[in-house]
Amino acid sequence: MSASASLGTAQTEQPDSVSKLALARVFRFFESLAVPLAALLVSFALFGVFVAFTGNSPLDVYAEMYRGAFGTWFSFQNTLLRAAPLMLTGLCTALPARLGLIVIGGEGALVMGGVAAAAIGPALGGAPPPVVTLAMATFGMAAGALWIGAAGALRVLRGVNETISSLLLSYIAIALLNHLVEGPLKDPTSLNKPSTVHIGDHNMLANTPGFDVHLGLVFGIVACLVCYVLMDRTTFGFGGRIVGGNVRAARLSGLGVKKLVIITCCLAGAAAGLAGMVEVAAVHGRANASLVAGYGYSGILVAFLARQNPLAIIPVSLLLGGIGASGGLLQRAFGLPDAAVAVLQGTLFVVLLASETYQGRIRLVPRALGGS
Amino acid sequence: MAQRAYESPFARRITLRLVLGAIALMAGIGCNKKTEPAAASTASGETAAAAPADDGKLTVGFIYVGPKDDYGYNQAHAEGAKVVATLPNLKIREEEKVPEDVAVQNTMESMINLDGAKLLFPTSFGYFDPHILKMAEKYPNVTFFHCGGLYTEGKHPKNVGSYFGYIDEAEYVSGIVAGLTTKTNKLGFVAAKPIPQVLRNINAYALGAKSVNPKATLSVIFTGDWSLPVKEAEAANSLIDQGADVITGHVDSPKVLMETAERRNAFTTGYHASQAKLAPKGYLTGAEWNWEAVYKGYIDTVQNKKPIEHLVRGGFKEGYIKMSAYGPAVSEEAKKKADEAKAALTAGTLVIFKGPIQDNAGKEVIPAGTERGQRDIELEKMAYLVEGVKGSVK
Amino acid sequence: MEGVDASSIGIWGVPLAVLGGAIRISTPFLFVSLGECITEKSGRVNLGLEGTLVMGAMSGYGVSYLTGSAWLGVLAASAIGALLGALHGFLCGRPRVNDIAVGIALMLFGIGLAFFLGKPLIQPSAPRLPSIPFGFFSDSPQVRSALEVNVLFLVGLALAPALRWALANTRSGMVLRVVGEGAEAARAMGYDVLQVRLLATVVGGALAGIGGSFLSLFYPGSWNEGLSSGQGLMAVALVIFARWDPVRCLYASLLFGGASALGPALQSVGVTSGYYLFNAAPYALTLLIMVLSSSATEASADMPAELSVSR
Repeated sequence: MSASASLGTAQTEQPDSVSKLALARVFRFFESLAVPLAALLVSFALFGVFVAFTGNSPLDVYAEMYRGAFGTWFSFQNTLLRAAPLMLTGLCTALPARLGLIVIGGEGALVMGGVAAAAIGPALGGAPPPVVTLAMATFGMAAGALWIGAAGALRVLRGVNETISSLLLSYIAIALLNHLVEGPLKDPTSLNKPSTVHIGDHNMLANTPGFDVHLGLVFGIVACLVCYVLMDRTTFGFGGRIVGGNVRAARLSGLGVKKLVIITCCLAGAAAGLAGMVEVAAVHGRANASLVAGYGYSGILVAFLARQNPLAIIPVSLLLGGIGASGGLLQRAFGLPDAAVAVLQGTLFVVLLASETYQGRIRLVPRALGGS
Repeated sequence: MAQRAYESPFARRITLRLVLGAIALMAGIGCNKKTEPAAASTASGETAAAAPADDGKLTVGFIYVGPKDDYGYNQAHAEGAKVVATLPNLKIREEEKVPEDVAVQNTMESMINLDGAKLLFPTSFGYFDPHILKMAEKYPNVTFFHCGGLYTEGKHPKNVGSYFGYIDEAEYVSGIVAGLTTKTNKLGFVAAKPIPQVLRNINAYALGAKSVNPKATLSVIFTGDWSLPVKEAEAANSLIDQGADVITGHVDSPKVLMETAERRNAFTTGYHASQAKLAPKGYLTGAEWNWEAVYKGYIDTVQNKKPIEHLVRGGFKEGYIKMSAYGPAVSEEAKKKADEAKAALTAGTLVIFKGPIQDNAGKEVIPAGTERGQRDIELEKMAYLVEGVKGSVK
Repeated sequence: MEGVDASSIGIWGVPLAVLGGAIRISTPFLFVSLGECITEKSGRVNLGLEGTLVMGAMSGYGVSYLTGSAWLGVLAASAIGALLGALHGFLCGRPRVNDIAVGIALMLFGIGLAFFLGKPLIQPSAPRLPSIPFGFFSDSPQVRSALEVNVLFLVGLALAPALRWALANTRSGMVLRVVGEGAEAARAMGYDVLQVRLLATVVGGALAGIGGSFLSLFYPGSWNEGLSSGQGLMAVALVIFARWDPVRCLYASLLFGGASALGPALQSVGVTSGYYLFNAAPYALTLLIMVLSSSATEASADMPAELSVSR
C-alpha cells in the first residue's frame, strides 16, 4: 500500500521523483549484473562439482586459481600478459557481431598480421625504432584487415557465409605462414625452428610503464575504448546496429550496408592483425609456427562472454587470462589435466549463453519505481 | 522482436557499468598486491618464493610441450623426470602441454614464484629463444636447462645450460637393422619438417642402412607439423603402397606410425621412446633418449653448487641415448652388425658423416677424406638429403 | 629409373592412394556432414559438432577398451553425441539464445571434456573396428589395402541416398523441411517446431559421435589429443558446400578425403615441393567452390529459409 502512496506523491513532488528515478537506475544496474553474475556463479559451482569428482576440494582449487591469477603481483601481471592479445582478438569477433555477422577466423588474421609485421620490420633496416614499430603495426593491421575484410566482402558481394569462409581463410593463413617461414621469408640462420629474420632487439616493443607487461596491453585497452566509442557513440556504429537488427530495414533506410559490413570487418581484422604484430614485436621478435597459439579462437569466447561490447571485452579478457594463467597451477598442485581449464571455459561459455534467455526478464525493481 | 529492439540499448548501458565496476575491482586487486610483494619480487626472483620451498628440498620444474604420455618426445622427458623424482632431497613439479609463447614464460615464473623452483627443465626446443633467455635474465638465481643444445658462450645468460643427445647414432644403428631386415630394399621415413635435426636423423638412418645393404633406398614424406595423426597415417600408408616395408619417423608421437605399419604387416623402428608395445610383431628396434643420465648430472651440479656446464652433448658413450630391445623379427646377423656399429660408435672409432658423401641431387656435400665428427658444427646446419634418399628439403 | 619390382606400383600409387584416402579419410566427414545436414534442414546450425566428434572419439575408444567390443564403443559414441546434441537443442530452444554461439561453446566444452577424461586412454590399446577386404580379387597388396573398407563407411554410403529419399518422401522428412522453411507455417500446421529441431539436433549429434568413433576405432585408430584437426568444423562447411543435400554431402566428403590424401601420396612418388600449399588445397578448393556457387542477390534455393547462417 505504501507503494501506491509513494506513487501518488511522486507525481506531485519533483525532488522526490528525481531521487526515485536514481533509485530505479541503481536497481536496474544490479538487475543487469544479476544474470551474468549468477551465470558466473553457476558455472563455477558446476565446475566445482566436476572437480569434486576428481577427488579434490573445489574450495582449495578455487583458492589456488585465485593465487595463480590475481593473488600475487606477478600472477596479476601474468594475467595481464595473457589478456592483452585476447582483447584484440575478442574485437575481431565482437565488431562484426554487432552487424549480425559471426566471424570465427581471428586466428588467421592474427597469423597474417604477424607475418606481415615480421616481413616489414627487418626490411626497414636502420630506420628509427618508432618508425619500425609504426610500420609493423600498419602492415600487421592491413594484413589482418585484408583477411577478415575478405570474409566480409564475400558475404555482402557473393553471399558466402562469413563464419565458414573466415574459418577456411584461417586454415589457409596457417598454411601460408608455414610456407613463408620455411621458404621465401626464412632466416637462413634459424635452423631448427624455421622463422623469419629477427626484427632486432632495439625494435622490440617496450613495457607498459609500471608493469612488466609489454605495450600490447595498452594497445588492447585503447583499441577496445576506440571501438566502444565508434560502435556506441557515432552514427557509423548506429548504422551498424541497425544492420545488426534488421538488414532489410537498413537497406530501406538508405544505408550503405555493403560498405558498412566491409569496413567493420576490416576493422575487426585489423584488431586481430595488431595482436599478431604485438606477438612478433613484443614476444617472439620474429614470425614462426608459435604464432598459432589459439588466441584467435579464444577471442571468439571473449567476444561472446562480453556480449559483443568492446568495453566489456577488457574485464572478460582479464577473467579468461586469469583462468589461463592459473591453469598450470591446477596441473602442478592438484594433478588435474591441462584440459581442466578448457572444461571450465566451456562450462562458463555454455552457461553464460544459456543465461541470455533470462537477460532482462529478472526484475528486481519494485513496480513502484517503474519496474515493469 | 519488439522486445529485442527495446532491449539492446538497455543491455548496452548495463554492460558498460558492469565493465567499469569489474575494471575497478581488478585494478584494486592488482594495486593491493603491488604494495606488499613488489619490493620482494623486484629485488630478486626468489624472496617472494621463500614460503613454498622452506622444507630444504630442491624444487625442480619440468615443462613439456605436449602430453607426457605421448609415446614420444614428451614421454621420453617425463620418463627421465620420473627417475629424478626418486632422488633424495628434491621434489619435482611438472606441467604438460605448454605452448611455445608467453604461456611458457608464465609457467616458468609461476614455478619459480609460487612453487619455489630453483631448477627448471623446459624441455621443448622452441622454449629457448626468447622465452628461457628472458626468464634467465629476470631470475639470475634460478638455473635453466634446456633441451636442444643451443647455448652460445658470452651471448647467453650464465644460469642457462643446454643439452642434447646425438641420437643420429641410434638412428644409424636402427638403419642397419632396417637395411638387413627389408625384403623390398625400400625404407620409409615420415618426418614433420625438413630442419637440420630431422635431416641429420634421416641421413644417419639412410647411411646406416646403406652401410650393410647398398641397394636400400629411403623415401621421406614431410607432413608439415609435429602432430598430425591422420596425415601421419596417410603418409605411412603411401610409403607402404610404394613398396616400403620398414617404416620409421621423426614426429612428436610416432604412435600412429607404428600402429599403422603394424596393421599393414610392415616392420618399424621407433623414435624418442620405446614403441615396442604398439607393434609387437613388426617392431625391430628404435632410437631412444635416455634423459635420466643428463638430468642426474645436472641435479648433482646444482645441489653441490658446481659450476654449470653450459653445453652438454653426448651419444652412446655418455649414455644419453639408447636402443630399444630387438624385436622378434630381427635376424642374428642384423643383431651382430648393429651391436658392432654401436660398439664402434661408443668407442668413437666409427664416424657416421665421413666423406665422400653426395646429396641426392649428386652434389658432393662432404668431400673424400673429410670426417665430420659428432661435435662438428657443420652438421648442425644440415640442409640436404644424402644419396639414396628420395625426397626433397625444399 | 630403378628397376620396377613386383612390389612397386610407382606413379599409379597416387590415384590409388587418393582412392584409398577418400575411403579412409572421408568417413568422419561423411557422418558429421550428414548429421549436420539433418540439423540444418530443421533450420538450426550446430557448429559444436567438432566437440561432439572429439567426445565421440574419446568415449568410443574408452568403451571399446573397457568392454573389449569396438561396436559397443560406436554405440557409446553415438549416445554421447546424442546427449551433446540434446544439450544444444535444448539450449537453443530457449528464447534469445543464439545457435551458432552455443555451437562454438559446446565445441570448446566437448573438446575440453574429452581431453580431460581421455588422459588415461592415451596409452592403452583398444580393440578396433573390423574391415571388409573388398580387394580380395587383387594380388596387389596396395589395392587390397586401399579397398580395406570399414563397415561404417558402407553404412554412411547407404545412409546418404536413404536420407535424401527420406527427406523427400517420408512424413518425418516433410515435417523437418516444413520446420526448416518456415517456423510460422509449421506452427500453423500444428507441429511443435522446437521439438522437431531438438530431435534433429539429437540425431545430428549421434551421427557426429559415430564419425568420431571412426577416428579412434578405425583410422588412424587410436586416441590422442591431436586426433581431430578440425574435421568436425570442416564437415559443417561441407554441408553448405553440398547445398543441404545428403548425397552431395557424400560426394563432398569423398572429394575432401581424396584431396587430403593427395599431399602425402605425391611426396611418396617424389613430388615434394610446396607441401604446405598442397595441404591447404582442400580448404582453398572449398572456399573457391563456395564463392562460385553463391549469389549475392538471393539466398540459395536449397538453403533452409530458417537457417541463421542465411539471415
